[in-house]
Amino acid sequence: MIKNYSELVSFAQSYKKSLDRQRKKVLVCAGTGCVAGGSLAIYEKIKSLIKESGLLVDIDLTKEEEGIGVKKSGCHGFCEAGPLVRIEPCNYLYLHVKLEDCEEIVYKSLKEGKPIERLMYRSNGALYKTQEEIPFYKKQTRLVLHNCGHIDAENIQEYIGNGGYKAAATALAMDPKDICKLITDSGLRGRGGGGYPTGKKWSQVLSQSNVVKYVVCNGDEGDPGAFMDRSIMEGDPHKIIEGMLISGYATKANNGYIYVRAEYPMAVHRLQIAIDQAMEYGLLGDNILDSGFSFNIHIAQGAGAFVCGEGSALTASIEGERGMPRVKPPRTVEKGLFECPTVLNNVETFANIPIIISGGIEEYKKCGVENNSGTKVFALTGNVVNTGLIEVPMGTTLEEVIFDIGGGIPNGKKFKAVQIGGPSGGCLIFDDSHLNLPLSFDSLESVGAMIGSGGMVVMDEDTCMVEVARFFMSFTQRESCGKCIPCREGTKRMLDILEKITAGNGTLEDLNLLYEIADTVKNTALCGLGKTASNPVLSTLQYFYDEYYAHVVDKVCPAKICKGLAEITIDPKTCRGCSKCARTCPVGAISGKIKEPYVIDKNKCVKCGACIEACPFKAIKEA
Amino acid sequence: MFSVNFKEKVNEIISRHNNDKKKIISIIQEVQKEYHYLPEEVLVYIADTLDISHAKIYGIATFYENFSLEQKGKNIIKICDGTACHVRDSIPILKAIYKELNLNDKNNTTDDMLFTVETVSCLGACGLAPVITVNDVVHPKMTPEAVVELLQNIKKEAL
Repeated sequence: MIKNYSELVSFAQSYKKSLDRQRKKVLVCAGTGCVAGGSLAIYEKIKSLIKESGLLVDIDLTKEEEGIGVKKSGCHGFCEAGPLVRIEPCNYLYLHVKLEDCEEIVYKSLKEGKPIERLMYRSNGALYKTQEEIPFYKKQTRLVLHNCGHIDAENIQEYIGNGGYKAAATALAMDPKDICKLITDSGLRGRGGGGYPTGKKWSQVLSQSNVVKYVVCNGDEGDPGAFMDRSIMEGDPHKIIEGMLISGYATKANNGYIYVRAEYPMAVHRLQIAIDQAMEYGLLGDNILDSGFSFNIHIAQGAGAFVCGEGSALTASIEGERGMPRVKPPRTVEKGLFECPTVLNNVETFANIPIIISGGIEEYKKCGVENNSGTKVFALTGNVVNTGLIEVPMGTTLEEVIFDIGGGIPNGKKFKAVQIGGPSGGCLIFDDSHLNLPLSFDSLESVGAMIGSGGMVVMDEDTCMVEVARFFMSFTQRESCGKCIPCREGTKRMLDILEKITAGNGTLEDLNLLYEIADTVKNTALCGLGKTASNPVLSTLQYFYDEYYAHVVDKVCPAKICKGLAEITIDPKTCRGCSKCARTCPVGAISGKIKEPYVIDKNKCVKCGACIEACPFKAIKEA
Repeated sequence: MFSVNFKEKVNEIISRHNNDKKKIISIIQEVQKEYHYLPEEVLVYIADTLDISHAKIYGIATFYENFSLEQKGKNIIKICDGTACHVRDSIPILKAIYKELNLNDKNNTTDDMLFTVETVSCLGACGLAPVITVNDVVHPKMTPEAVVELLQNIKKEAL
């Protein structure tokens, strides 16, 4: 139990000492990606090997002697190369580690202190020994993700030993008004996608006279292609708790909820551990650090509804209702959870708070650009060489992110588009001229996009943009809650048209109708999901009209993705004239003479593909 | 008919949540964890115990994707078709699974109740795309061939 500020400081010092006593540390990544690759078995193996080898293992920071720390860390971000193992203090990063490698790691790297070059990152013939040298990390500025991959996520002592909860202790001695002003002055804007100034939101909640208020953390990261909130919740849960605690004090709210989607069981698990530990250490609960302020945090689990990422739907879900948005105003800051004033911020926003308080706003504003301070975490995925979690200062260009950090497009393909912020964050940036665009709330808005939650999916030249629009629409249509007509009916009709086009039956009139519906839904839907549902359609229509045109007029899919527009042909060189295809064809489109190459009548063919499967010589192809 | 004697277990879950109507989602979640789906009798029982209408509990149970009113197979396979997995070709994997298990998007549970196949929008493991999960264990960087092998191994184990 930590009773006050000075006790926290002395606790931190003693944990720091214990941490420093660990001459060497092995950090095995236990993020979802690496766990899927078998990192937990690697962790256990390394632990037992160290014991066997007679070296001292120090797991709980309790030993007085020098030991080797073995830790399950949060996500390192370089998921593509997992499972990852980091060795400190030499900062070697080993990639694609297998169980068989553990022995060498223990004997060579830990005992003798030598690097194992075959496990290290190589690019263009160069060897990168330390994590910090690797281009993927070098160009990043990891503030929010600072602890992710570097500390044991399930151990509060490591967080405190690294300066954790000091910002909360500082804040608890301040006037709530001053904290709100500080956050406003820092220029922090909501990282969930909207970009609303966080300090302003807090001030609005503080100004409400209600006795009961709430702080809600939105961890319902439903955007396909995004996993930054998951990684923070799994890798550094205390930072979120600290941010929420400060927010609660600054707005005079005594209860907090973290809403986590059900698809993230590990995040729920680690957050619960973190909350229990914080309670035990007196950093949550009654009279925190003798400030007279009490704060409790509860976890609410989602049950699989994308729309619950929307504020009023999320609070409805916590209240035990169907997660459907309501008409605003009143806004969440006036009537949110249980009809009480509520601060609703995203995971990443809360994780920024301790950084601002402890580092000061001058330091914080050094990072980023005008009106867009700080960093943004992106989940870089899709057709890019280095997929993973990255953090860059606001204002970094798209080119730097995709090519310098992401390593460009694999297999020598050309860059085509990047989709940021999920299907209804709905923002696609295309063509090369956008590559120099600095990533910030304002600059993206100027090209008709938005930063969204930060999922960034890169697409190469083999991607059909009409198909992509159809894909997003099928997602939004499925997730529409059905409350308002524009979204419920509009998404269904748009999906119908897009399916018609990708099936090869579209007309030019369909394109006009598609535009009209998209525009109507955008202007009349009730909530953010509906209002932005049209974005993928509108933006692809704007930037890739020629692809739509090719689909409906020329009846071809330039990327050769849409099956309905594919042409099935028989390669005369491979065909032996066995007639099996002609006998299989349900519409009698194939004809020919035995032992001579057969041909398909394009006008009769229904592209069912039965002949492709029937051909014993693989002579029939779809192109 | 749901033949299991469920009342004791369900009562315990409800009382753990202090008979609080507002905790209904958590209660249904725990009940589903217990029985792997939501039998009608159990839902009716919960509604009556908490004094909420049958329509309301049905509304909640059908709104959220995680809840199922139908019995599921022993092994639940989730194929991610989120954006990142989609552009890295998740659909051929789905097709391979359907073919191997003789299923389709309308009928997604095998007759022997061994498998249920579901598509989900994102599992948050985009760095490893395309991914599937079998009973919540993530299998990264899948291919149609690898998934068939995986299914065959599960079938063998079940024998």
